[in-house]
Amino acid sequence: MDKRVFFPSKTVPLLLLLPQLVITLVFFYWPAVQAVVMSFQMEDAFGTTSEFVGFENYTAVFTDPFYYRAMGVTAVFSTAVAFLSLSLSLLLAVMADRDIKGAGLYRTLLIWPYAVAPAIAGVLWYFMFQPSLGLFARMLRDWGIDWNPLLNGDHAMILVVMAATWKQISYNFLFFLAGLQAIPKSLIEAAAIDGARPFRRFWTIVFPLLSPTTFFLFVVNIVYVFFDTFGIIDAVTGGGPAKTTTTLVFKVYADGRLGGDLGGSAAQSVVLMVMVIALTAIQFRFIERKVSY
Amino acid sequence: MADIRLDHVGKTYAGGFEAVRDLSLTVPDGCFCVLVGPSGCGKSTLLRMVAGLETITTGTVSLNAQVVNHLEPAQRDIAMVFQNYALYPHMRVYDNMAYGLRNRGVPEAEIASRVAHAAQILDLEDLLTRKPRALSGGQRQRVAMGRAIVRKPQVFLFDEPLSNLDAKLRVHMRVEIRKLQKALGVTSLYVTHDQTEAMTMADLLVVMNKGVIEQIGAPMEIYRTPMSVFVATFIGSPPMNILEATSLGDGVVSIEGHRLLIDQALSLPAGHKVKIGIRPEHLSVQADGFTIHVELVESLGAHQIIHATWGQQKLAMQVETDRVPAQSGQALVVGCAPQHLHVFDAQTGQRLLRDNAS
Repeated sequence: MDKRVFFPSKTVPLLLLLPQLVITLVFFYWPAVQAVVMSFQMEDAFGTTSEFVGFENYTAVFTDPFYYRAMGVTAVFSTAVAFLSLSLSLLLAVMADRDIKGAGLYRTLLIWPYAVAPAIAGVLWYFMFQPSLGLFARMLRDWGIDWNPLLNGDHAMILVVMAATWKQISYNFLFFLAGLQAIPKSLIEAAAIDGARPFRRFWTIVFPLLSPTTFFLFVVNIVYVFFDTFGIIDAVTGGGPAKTTTTLVFKVYADGRLGGDLGGSAAQSVVLMVMVIALTAIQFRFIERKVSY
Repeated sequence: MADIRLDHVGKTYAGGFEAVRDLSLTVPDGCFCVLVGPSGCGKSTLLRMVAGLETITTGTVSLNAQVVNHLEPAQRDIAMVFQNYALYPHMRVYDNMAYGLRNRGVPEAEIASRVAHAAQILDLEDLLTRKPRALSGGQRQRVAMGRAIVRKPQVFLFDEPLSNLDAKLRVHMRVEIRKLQKALGVTSLYVTHDQTEAMTMADLLVVMNKGVIEQIGAPMEIYRTPMSVFVATFIGSPPMNILEATSLGDGVVSIEGHRLLIDQALSLPAGHKVKIGIRPEHLSVQADGFTIHVELVESLGAHQIIHATWGQQKLAMQVETDRVPAQSGQALVVGCAPQHLHVFDAQTGQRLLRDNAS
């Protein structure tokens, strides 16, 4: 079916597109271009003048050992959050998809965390696990675990991973649940008659059929951990202790906003942007082929 | 091979809806049994209870003299063909058919030979490497059949397997399924709402209505002696005419002021309200009969169906084309032989039997 609409002139379609185009240009392309421009400049100490310095900012970034450390932190953090949030939400969605009493309430409750702002989520987790005040921190102490995310980098990482995962589970859960509900019931019944036990049914029928959803969520989650977890990290650990939770995006903020190195920060964000674009392109190119059926 | 026995089977859903009520049925080994009825009559629920996809509220289901109520679908040794075929979309045709065998740990060599055999029977050999979405409706249907037969189950269950096909393919697949079942000799339970499918395919026909069996029998037996108005109008196309009548005693009834002789052995008291059933093909133009007024003539090629009114009542008659040059608005004098009249009680809708004067 051809759904094309024909306009007599080009003015009307342009006018209709204009609001969207303006928003995209002003809020997406302009800042991106600004970041690229700034990455080639260096400001003086008072921020009054700036001069063109070529690739100096980039050389500084790539010779900075802390930058590579932030990369390592980001790799651990993103892998952990993507894996945990995807697998836990899938597990919850599979549970919620069954005929259970109060399914509506259960589902609504699971969606709630998504409505919580990242910073608030971060603060919540911070308080729960704050070594001297936190409820869970005390519990861990009672079990003999020397829990201290303020001093121990591994503990800090575990805490931000938990907070970031918790925040993302709702979103993933929604999509997984919709994906599960789109699988015809008769397929599951046919598999049951074909002698597949529930566990095998899940891995041979349900999971492959969910793969487009899983793939989509994987891309979204990667972008989420790269960029949107800033608020959580800022609220929970502030990048510490000793930069053990400083991810690439947090370093952009720390160097640019706190350190006042706008040029270096811009160079980092351009690198980050290129990385995310590359990651997404790779994902679409190579993984999508395997998920189509 | 096995027989299927249902003993006082009932199904009540959580909401209190009784889908199937105290239903008993025995399908002998190798028999092709068709469950037919309008939507919501409980036929699919019954099939799903046999399959193990629905719990059984009361009574027992036995396959091959073994009660299977608490067995998982996989343990019942049945195969089912679904209305939407339920093919696994991410698997090739070969893997779709092999899936059930792999789950049961059949060696790959044996799987290959069984799938090849089924593919040959069903003419699927060229399609084995395709995915279901690259198949036509008829091909998908054949794959679903293939998936059922490679398992060599005790029982085949069919849940309206032809409803998603176009009319021509449906007639073709009807014959194919029946031939295949005869060749394999597997006991089958087949659910449909299509009375033509039911009539043409069944060894044993079960007409269901509102969760109970209205009548069980060979298709022609049910066609000739429907035991209720429901069965009479459900089986046969075009449906049987049902006319309101009043008994005048001595085997005579009055319809629209016309005296009609029915079976004299039916000793109906005068004044008893009855319903007279006449199949459209049993009406013919006669010199001595009653007068009907033609409203519409439908031509089907070899036959035509004449829709007419008789006083306040409507009726249809089927005649060979050109035998009756009928036109709308025309009056025809028609009649029906007394042995082709079906007499039902007006209140209960049950057939009135000879030795039952009710």
